[in-house]
Amino acid sequence: MEALFATVTGFLAASGLYLALRGRTFPVVVGLTLLSYAVNLFLFSTGGLTTNGAAVMQDGVTHYADPLPQALVLTAIVIGFAMTAFSVILAMRVRGDQGSDQVNDQRAEESKEEKS
Amino acid sequence: MSLPLIVLLPLLGSLIPLLCSNRQRNLNALTTALLPAIALGIVIAHAPGVISGEVYHFSMSWVPQLGLDLAFRIDGLSLLFLLLILGIGLLIILYARYYLSPDDSMPRFYAYLMLFMTSMIGIVMADNLLLLWVFWELTSLSSFLLIGYWYQQSEARRGARMALAVTGMGGLAMLAGFLLIGHIVGTYDMQTVLDSRDLIQADPRYLPALLLVLLGAFTKSAQFPFHFWLPHAMAAPTPVSAFLHSATMVKAGVFLLARMHPALAGSQLWLYIVTLTGLVTMIYAAYFALLKYDLKGVLAFSTISHLGMITMLFGLDSKLAVVAGLFHIVNHAMFKATLFMSSGIVDHETGTRDIRKLSGLRRSMPMTAALAALAAASMAGVPLLNGFISKEMMLTETLGTGILGGLAWLIPVLATLGSVLSVAYSLRYVRNVFFGPEAQELPKTPHEAPLMMRLPMILLVVPCILVGLMPALILTGLLDAAAQATILSPRPELHLSLWHGFNLPLLMSAIALAGGVGLYVLRRNLFSFQRQFPQRNALMIFEHNTRRVLHWAQEAIDRLENGSLQRYMLWLIIAVLFLTGSGLLDLEQLQGPLPLQPLDGLLIAGAAITILAGLGTAVLHRRRLVSLMMLSVVGLMVSLAFARFSAPDLALTQLAVEVVTVILLMLALFFLPQRTPKESSGGRVVRDVLLAAAFGGIVASLNYALLTRPLNSISGFFLENSVSGGGGHNVVNVILVDFRGFDTLGEITVLCIAAIGIYKLLNRLRLFMPSSDSEGRPWSKDLHPMLLGTVSQSLLPLALLVSVFIFLRGHNEPGGGFIAGLVTAVALILLYIARGVDWTQQRMSYQYQPIAVTGVAIAAMTGLGSWVFGHNFLTSAFGHFSLPWIGEIELATAMLFDLGVYLTVVGATLMILANLGKLTTRHRPSKENEKETV
Repeated sequence: MEALFATVTGFLAASGLYLALRGRTFPVVVGLTLLSYAVNLFLFSTGGLTTNGAAVMQDGVTHYADPLPQALVLTAIVIGFAMTAFSVILAMRVRGDQGSDQVNDQRAEESKEEKS
Repeated sequence: MSLPLIVLLPLLGSLIPLLCSNRQRNLNALTTALLPAIALGIVIAHAPGVISGEVYHFSMSWVPQLGLDLAFRIDGLSLLFLLLILGIGLLIILYARYYLSPDDSMPRFYAYLMLFMTSMIGIVMADNLLLLWVFWELTSLSSFLLIGYWYQQSEARRGARMALAVTGMGGLAMLAGFLLIGHIVGTYDMQTVLDSRDLIQADPRYLPALLLVLLGAFTKSAQFPFHFWLPHAMAAPTPVSAFLHSATMVKAGVFLLARMHPALAGSQLWLYIVTLTGLVTMIYAAYFALLKYDLKGVLAFSTISHLGMITMLFGLDSKLAVVAGLFHIVNHAMFKATLFMSSGIVDHETGTRDIRKLSGLRRSMPMTAALAALAAASMAGVPLLNGFISKEMMLTETLGTGILGGLAWLIPVLATLGSVLSVAYSLRYVRNVFFGPEAQELPKTPHEAPLMMRLPMILLVVPCILVGLMPALILTGLLDAAAQATILSPRPELHLSLWHGFNLPLLMSAIALAGGVGLYVLRRNLFSFQRQFPQRNALMIFEHNTRRVLHWAQEAIDRLENGSLQRYMLWLIIAVLFLTGSGLLDLEQLQGPLPLQPLDGLLIAGAAITILAGLGTAVLHRRRLVSLMMLSVVGLMVSLAFARFSAPDLALTQLAVEVVTVILLMLALFFLPQRTPKESSGGRVVRDVLLAAAFGGIVASLNYALLTRPLNSISGFFLENSVSGGGGHNVVNVILVDFRGFDTLGEITVLCIAAIGIYKLLNRLRLFMPSSDSEGRPWSKDLHPMLLGTVSQSLLPLALLVSVFIFLRGHNEPGGGFIAGLVTAVALILLYIARGVDWTQQRMSYQYQPIAVTGVAIAAMTGLGSWVFGHNFLTSAFGHFSLPWIGEIELATAMLFDLGVYLTVVGATLMILANLGKLTTRHRPSKENEKETV
């Protein structure tokens, strides 16, 4: 199960990174979102993968899921949403003001980075 | 306890002038002078004790981790400087009252001046190396403000900038030197450092420490080759020059030499570096002082020259030389302040400072002429004045030095040469300006300056004469105390007197006087000799070099930062791969000792769907809508994964966030191109795929290695204390609102800021709105289907009820402010979608910004509330209450905090989505803003 979980995290991270390396804003935003899923899963798994653990404190129960990574990831999810929102709106603003949705500075060298 | 007051009073004094208006000039000057006068009183009250050998200390911890204490001392050296700084400072306040024109802002001038005075006092009183440095940099900053006081003039701005750059860099070098000394000694306490001379000088770090500290002193005291900033600082108003270049700023450098003398001096290194630098500066600057046409230029170079002389005296290996240096500091401060004031009066009354235009002013301003002549005579070292005595002592000490071995005779010869030049430029200053035929065609007709402007000069010249006549009577006690602080170990018997009999130094003095007069008579030859050299303007050279450095830095930046996000990402990823990859290489094997958990079919199916959806998002990214659908599948699968691995809170949050994210991206996609054009070349795609694969591989390996290794978690603490300490059974929620509440406060603040940023970004955004989809099909005419509207409307109260339920139970069951907030937001957004902005706006005209801000405020207030009860920030309290009919319920302050979280999440989410949605309608944010402002 650990290997499977790690594989999923790896694939999500790879897909996210590939998108983050694209030259247009929208795929980059989608890529960042995908990357944040991978990161959240990774962070969450640092507490171990607990099956059927108790979510709340109960008398006589000793099998709990690690709460600390959960608390961290919970805020990370919300902040991740704020980041996605901010970057996508920034992308819209750039398109509105400059008429382009390319991620590279248009004043910069046109050549290699752009075409390739 | 009165020691810090000496620093504090002038600091307060820098605020007082700002309360006065520019028109109340007398009042302004009086109130400004009041506090430093009190400080001077305190200093004088300490004087008898200090002269009898006592040292006063005051210490208070400031930043103990750094070894920085708020420690002050008054010993003989501090006393000497304090009297100069405060005494001359008060005279400058008086002088400036009459010097400044009504157009100049007097409050601003006095405020800067007092700030500068404070920092100088801090330097001379500091009892901690780091504190000394703090005040040292403060003098650089405040002198920048003073030199650039007439900021309308480009000369003033550039002069100020250069002074700041040179002295500021010197200050940083000095800090490095102090840090080294601190490491050698183990403390920054001044007394300990001064007592650790052998320890410091035996250490291999002595050489760099000495060089760095000297760099600080030499830049501040304008020693060759760092002298070039000082003449350009003459762009300052004359009272500033009179203060900075007589008693303060430049004296800070020689003060540092005196202060560090017990710890750093005595080595061959010190002897050679300090003595020779001083000697070279003294002669070099004296030569140029003779050639300047600007009155203040003459004084500037003569200041550099005299500072060179003092530096040389501190360098010599004789204790009496140090005494002579201290003595000359006092004398120089008095006559140089007077001379600067006289140049200010001349400038003020005639409108020019050019020696070639000025002549015969003694007829129109006899008093100023007499005072300037006396001060210049003192500068030249004419007998019966104070300058003569210190010059005699200087010449005596140069004779006895052991430096340069067989060439030791060079030192007295060169010192005499310096004196010759000094006599010549002093004579030129007085003779050319005040004597000779009456000047013609001056910009203004000269008059004698007002008495109040001459008074400070009188108060300075009188002691010059008194000290010159009976030095022993007036200064022995003070100098003895200062020398004791500078030399520490058995100090020499001090014999200040006017007449030492016929000896070699007297002969040298006579040569200096005669030679100086001769040189003055023959000065035309010198001028024509100098004319063959091209004129070099230090300011131009400095600015040229500065520009070159800036240009070079800009080129370097441009090469690294070329505006391509793709390239930045590339470097970032390569760095990550390198760092994490090398960590993985160090592992002996990937799999750790923990036993693996069994797989089941459901897990495999879930994993397969997630991987396929993830890959699909990437592969199909050029069809953006499809890619987005794939992304939402990944999000849902992640949510399920959280549920599977016993994290219901996370699953709920992820689910709600997933909904808002997809709606957000759909809305954004409406305004963006529906497809990504094919741009990347084959090579680029291969490169990125390889990078992504390597990255994914490393992440997966790392994750696997982590999952199979035992982990020493701190979570036990939270599990044990959740119920007893936080009063909640849902540990995740208790961590969020209680244990790590401060983190959460930060998180919701960030969320709120992001939402406000988005709101501003959307403001006045003009976007192309497509009238059809990418295939050319027009949008549906039925924008708000009846069915969806009805359903969403009837769902709204239910959803709100659910969110209240989730919120209330959050402390003990899965739920809480974050999730409840998201549920509420989703329900409201559904209403917007189903009924449209117009419809919703009519029924719900809330502004969402105040809601989000209120949320953050409530959370912060809850935290602050615990202060009222004497607890730490965000300490929570809880209790069980029983209500009739409802039964026992539990209330915790954490719930109030959670309410803040709830409101922030609702406000921020709606601020983002509702405003984005409004872009499509006439309610776009820009228009509403206009309405508000009208």
